[in-house]
Amino acid sequence: MASRQREISVSEFFTKNRHLLGFDNPAKALLTTVKEAVDNSLDACEEAGILPDLLIEITEVQAAPSPNQPSRFRVAVEDNGPGIVKPQIPKIFAKLLYGSKFHRLKQSRGQQGIGISAAGLYGQLTTGKPVVIISKTGKGRPAFKIDLRIDTKRNQPDVVKDETAEWDKEHGTRVEIELVGVWRGGRTGVQEYLEQTVVANPHLALTWVSPKGERFEFPRVSSELPREAQEIKPHPHGVELGMLHMMMQDSGKKTVKQVLVDDFSRVSPAVAQQVCDMAKVSPRMVAEKLHGDELDRLHKALGQVRVMAPPATAVVPIGETLLIEGLKRRFPKAEFYASTTRPPKVYRGNPFVVEAALAYGGDLPAEEPADIMRFANRVPLQYQPKACAISESVYQTKWRNYELQQPKGSLPIGPLAIVVHLASVWVPFTSEAKEAVAHYDELLDELKLALQECGRKLASHLRARAHEQRESMRRGVFEKYIPEVAQALAEILGVPKDRTEKPFYKTLPSFVRLADDPPAPREDRNGKAAPSIPPPPDSAPPPSPATTAPATTGKQQGKGKQLSLLE
Amino acid sequence: MAAKKTAGNKTGKTQKTDRDAHTLAKIDRLARDVLSQATKGTNPALEIRTRGLSNVSFNTKRRIIELGDKTQSREFFNTAMARKFMQTLLVASGCKKLIDQGKTVSIRQMFYMTKHTLAGSTENTFEDQSESDPIIEDLEVGIDALREELHLFANKRGLVVGKLTVNDAGDTIDLAHMGRGGWGIPSICEADQLKFVKNSAEFVLLVEKQAVWLRLNEDRFWEKNNCILMTSEGQAARGARRFLQRLATELKLPIYILVDNDPWGLYIYSVLKQGSINLAYESMRMAVPGVRFLGMSASDYKKFKMPKAAEIKLTKEDIARAEQMRAYPWFKDGKWQREIQVTIDNGFKMELDSLLTKSITFMAEEYIPKKLRDRDYLQ
Repeated sequence: MASRQREISVSEFFTKNRHLLGFDNPAKALLTTVKEAVDNSLDACEEAGILPDLLIEITEVQAAPSPNQPSRFRVAVEDNGPGIVKPQIPKIFAKLLYGSKFHRLKQSRGQQGIGISAAGLYGQLTTGKPVVIISKTGKGRPAFKIDLRIDTKRNQPDVVKDETAEWDKEHGTRVEIELVGVWRGGRTGVQEYLEQTVVANPHLALTWVSPKGERFEFPRVSSELPREAQEIKPHPHGVELGMLHMMMQDSGKKTVKQVLVDDFSRVSPAVAQQVCDMAKVSPRMVAEKLHGDELDRLHKALGQVRVMAPPATAVVPIGETLLIEGLKRRFPKAEFYASTTRPPKVYRGNPFVVEAALAYGGDLPAEEPADIMRFANRVPLQYQPKACAISESVYQTKWRNYELQQPKGSLPIGPLAIVVHLASVWVPFTSEAKEAVAHYDELLDELKLALQECGRKLASHLRARAHEQRESMRRGVFEKYIPEVAQALAEILGVPKDRTEKPFYKTLPSFVRLADDPPAPREDRNGKAAPSIPPPPDSAPPPSPATTAPATTGKQQGKGKQLSLLE
Repeated sequence: MAAKKTAGNKTGKTQKTDRDAHTLAKIDRLARDVLSQATKGTNPALEIRTRGLSNVSFNTKRRIIELGDKTQSREFFNTAMARKFMQTLLVASGCKKLIDQGKTVSIRQMFYMTKHTLAGSTENTFEDQSESDPIIEDLEVGIDALREELHLFANKRGLVVGKLTVNDAGDTIDLAHMGRGGWGIPSICEADQLKFVKNSAEFVLLVEKQAVWLRLNEDRFWEKNNCILMTSEGQAARGARRFLQRLATELKLPIYILVDNDPWGLYIYSVLKQGSINLAYESMRMAVPGVRFLGMSASDYKKFKMPKAAEIKLTKEDIARAEQMRAYPWFKDGKWQREIQVTIDNGFKMELDSLLTKSITFMAEEYIPKKLRDRDYLQ
């Protein structure tokens, strides 16, 4: 038996388990490939401080035998990022689990460094074609064109071809992957992904060409790069036992206390001392000698110690204004937009921010369930809506309170599109495929609060609109009958009609309230302006601002903890 | 100086009576009030006495239904009332025109006089007569004017023959020579136009149905019994009621009523006797508290050994109406409660026509004479 046992390479493992990475079927594989490349490009541009300019071309290189059957596509994603230095190219694109993002705690789109090389591997497995990379790091520098394969046994890149190329771009990277896929529309399609990406990234200029040759252009609507997320050290409350073990092992000759102070966020020497005391571990013990029970006790103490929350600067939301700008790119003709960015909160030592936005009315379909767009760190989540905490928060929100219909336990019905964005250093996905956000209470509470705030804004708009409509309907009724009444009065009294008509038109505004038309001051018997105007007798008083627009100060109810307060 | 012109001014048109001038002044005041409220910036409102069960009471002394003082404010700047407000003024203006010109029209003609399409819409000032009739009644109570004072009349309903000679608008009519059709009772039966010339009748018999009246007229019941024979043709119109009241008060004739044995028949009797809820403000001029309920009584079934064929099963609506009527204060008296109870207990109703199950002339020759002879009536 022992002779049959051997090391399994990661590449081999993922060949057999590609569903874990989003390559379950040809349609999803095509989406995942585009998505991984776009995520990488955006992260690269933003880290280099460059406003991203992306070109995506999806070409069907070999037609399917019949519709909806898999066919062969070439996906090309080109950015204006900083480019990649030549020696790094093979590792980034053809070695699984190679990346700069896994070992740090920083908000970014990709997290594991698996995605793009897995896409290349998938392409290689389905078409036999290598991944083609063109990259250039600056003006005057050469552009390299490299064809790569992955040696699946050794998890090593295999450079098939390496040449310099002519490229008129100053800098940037182009990835081309040929793969077997299915072009599909709808919620899980590539088009949906790109349109949602445009919503969550107002600073992105995107051009893309569909397999049918249609060209879509989305110029950027913000020239403001998102603030760079600060990299943070692990927070004592969020560290896992294995991670703690590794941190202690890799600490050289440092003492336990030194490791706690140096490698954790928000741990002062006093806090470190307290942790050691609680764990009954000597602070002067050499960290790498920490084992078994001691490690367990230390982990437990870290989870319990009172310590400041991690810095909020580690999380970068889109922001209320830009959320609306982004939403307008996809739904430019809505009648009303609202957005809310919640204050940063923490779960298990991870800071996070929840944002929500909505578009209502206009050309959105009136009789259908709301269109929900879920985002984690600006990346659209298109699969497994039922398993996702974000969807759950939409279901749990009582939209009927906000003048919308909502069948029990389902989505609100109406001309409504909802955006929910979760920004976090570490997004708790339900699986490695990063398709749905796990149900943490702290998260769910924040999600609901964000949606409720948006809902309140929408309700106050809808109530104002309904009031407006009601009032203008009332005005119409009165205006219709005034000439008749005036005519009858004129005939009875034997006076010209305009003498009987004018008083009615003059009095009309006191009994009809339109927002843009303040009621005319009425005169009492003495000719003085009456101090207050009673509401029209047959309509409800206009909603007072206090009930429709609750103040949205930063401190709201909810379980999620306020950052920079003592936990 | 057109503004100075008021309704009272003679403008070279028909000579008006004092009563007309009085009515015009009321219409004029209504219009002035409305205009002055609008000018002051308040909501123009018409105060109209509520016409409904909640605002009527039974005056046990005079034994008539009277309208109470509860009023309803009909406001113009109120979407639920604006249309009716407009309609009320339209009718007021229409009535002023009639008085000015000395003309009288039917309430249906008034509907057409005031009906037109509103500018810029497909809506009419009145969609059908059922909308304008109640508005006319509102105006009557609103300015406290009688229908004839507004120069309006309803379609005439009701027929009469018998030993009476009347003079109507100058024509002398002997009601004993009216042939098979009888004389149609005008909608307005006031003394200035309709006078009783000569009477030799000893009582009045009013039957609910025209068919029954025709049957009795054919048998010349009124001649043989020396009476006046009337029909209200269903629920009695104002003309027939006023005519009946004048027969009772001016000629002091006893009045007998013959209706179907069902809640609806009994209610026709009740309206003749003490007035209706809707026209409670007219009870004084129309109710005849002394009218006698001759039949058909529920007890006639046994008394006259009616065959099973005369029965019609009571419907749910019949029973509901009977219960409703039993609660009216003017039916509180034991004899009426009993009458209603027996009908309910019988479980069936009877039409006057069912007396023909006995014989064609049974009603004229046996039923009515026997009941009169036995003084078998309720009052």
